[in-house]
Amino acid sequence: MDLGKDKLIEIYRHMVRIRVFEERVAKEFAAGNIPGFVHLYSGEEASAVGACSALRTDDYITSTHRGHGHLIAKGGKTDRMMAELYGKKTGYNNGKGGSMHIADMDIGILGANGIVGGGLTIAGGAALSAKMRDTDQVTICFLGDGASNRGTFHEGINLAACWKLPIIYLIENNNYAESTCIADTCQIANIADRSASYGIPGVTVDGSDVLAVYEAVSAAVERARKGEGPTLVETKVCRFRGHFEGDPGGYRPDKELNEWLDKDCIATFSKKLVEMGSATKEEIAKVDQEIANEIENAVKFASESEFPAPEEALEGVYA
Amino acid sequence: MSVLTYSEAIRAAFDEEMARDDKVFIMGEDIGQYWGGALGELKGLWDKYGPERIRETPISETAIMGGAIGAAVTGMRPVAWMYFTDFLGVCGDEMMNQLTTMRYMFGGKAKVPVTIVVYSGAGVSAAAQHSKCIEGLLMSIPGLKIVSPSTPYDEKGLLRSAIRDDNPVLVNHHKMLIFGGVKGEVPEEEYTIPLGKADIKREGKDVTIVAWSLMLHRALDAAKKLEKDGINAEVLDPRTLVPLDTGAILKSVGKTGRLVIADEEPKMGSAACSIAAVVAEAGFDLLKKPVKLICAPDTPVPFSPPLEKFWMPSEERIIQAVKEVV
Repeated sequence: MDLGKDKLIEIYRHMVRIRVFEERVAKEFAAGNIPGFVHLYSGEEASAVGACSALRTDDYITSTHRGHGHLIAKGGKTDRMMAELYGKKTGYNNGKGGSMHIADMDIGILGANGIVGGGLTIAGGAALSAKMRDTDQVTICFLGDGASNRGTFHEGINLAACWKLPIIYLIENNNYAESTCIADTCQIANIADRSASYGIPGVTVDGSDVLAVYEAVSAAVERARKGEGPTLVETKVCRFRGHFEGDPGGYRPDKELNEWLDKDCIATFSKKLVEMGSATKEEIAKVDQEIANEIENAVKFASESEFPAPEEALEGVYA
Repeated sequence: MSVLTYSEAIRAAFDEEMARDDKVFIMGEDIGQYWGGALGELKGLWDKYGPERIRETPISETAIMGGAIGAAVTGMRPVAWMYFTDFLGVCGDEMMNQLTTMRYMFGGKAKVPVTIVVYSGAGVSAAAQHSKCIEGLLMSIPGLKIVSPSTPYDEKGLLRSAIRDDNPVLVNHHKMLIFGGVKGEVPEEEYTIPLGKADIKREGKDVTIVAWSLMLHRALDAAKKLEKDGINAEVLDPRTLVPLDTGAILKSVGKTGRLVIADEEPKMGSAACSIAAVVAEAGFDLLKKPVKLICAPDTPVPFSPPLEKFWMPSEERIIQAVKEVV
């Protein structure tokens, strides 16, 4: 698949943006600058970016509690995201939602979701809406391996299959539902194999290979736009950090994590870009520097922004 | 004016709103060409609007409610036909954590125009999983408006307003109002009834009886009998529990000094409790006697006819309560 230099560098830029954002969130969280709790996406960047690179701005996504990566990949602004994490008025949700609930309706981000599996049926509704309004918009529903054991997985996907809705269920299988290994809660090796029971295609790809994800999702998007219905795409990924910041761990063998760290999707992809001649080392370094500046500015924006006035808690319940 | 049954008023409201706005569609179980809804209220609409807009689903309450949310935030005006009130328990997450939080949680940016329609209430021996009224439970979910129409006129006007509202609105249809063949005059011309506006169904000066849905009819029957004993009861139908027309309730209590609330829910945590609390807090000085709550016992709804009859608040209990405070 020949994507052209600009697109490839754009893909790299998004992946780095997510990583630098997340590692900075970890730092600011540890320093006590971010209230609540955060679930970081470091390590899984190739999945979100590969998937969202196959979308248009007017396509939809629903995201999860581990949503920062999806939002950035879909075009979310890191300064407004960081401000939301800080609980500031300038945040995406004016400080009403925080890490697990960021939404940007203008670019099709229908919200991260604090309920595991909460987005599965909502995403189907967005896809139905696109179909009824006779647009060719598609929806990607991001979910994790844990959500694949929720009832919404069955109800949502079955209905979408019956109605041939333009939707892609993107299962990011990071092997652990919080602290529980998927091998203990699912008796098949590939969750995408469940697609057979809904009469739709399912494909499992290496989620550390951004171009493999892009290719699989592009095929699913094309199928959806043609009105042929949903696809299950499973990306096998690894979250480099805990389920949440502060996770005491103990459930994942070091060896397993180290194997994934050795094939870090960003390092692998930057090497590949240079090898393919799509970017020079200098161009890569330039992107890295630009992103470092961007995230620095995002933190500055967040920390210097005002908190909402307390009585703003009363606003926004009803339209 | 024409005389419509409650069921005909439901159909007329949907028909006119679907004709008016092609973004309106209904999604639910058994609503298509054969049944037109379990009690037949939607009969004919499938033929007129087709399977795209009268969208029959698998038995998948979470997918219906979640699908309605997703469709609403992306520009449609879905009606989630949820069958029995009790089944809202199946999609509790979608109700409590998604539908009603989304606008607020997203900083006021999402618009969620979902209308939820359910059959509520006891009286047909449907037992504890097909008979509940849960207005009180639902009132504790900020972000949800709740409508419980008691007459065909109210039904049509309120359902139309619910569909046009940009927020989640739940509309209760008491089974006994459909089975019981309640009829009433409904104007030929288009009209809506604003959400949050109570209606004095009967003027009086001695006592205020607040009741809605099926209980409104029992309260009116009770008021008629009380008249023979020289007691002149005012019957106030809040029509919507959220928003609640507290001004109208306080005004009526200010006139009568006495309040009886009839509510077909177990008393603890009921809508009646919330209404009583409003009056206790803002209108204590208006009361000449303690507030009386005529509710169901704090048990699930029983099946056997004599048990169920005993369980449901009756006209006799309303009369007795009024006599105790007048």
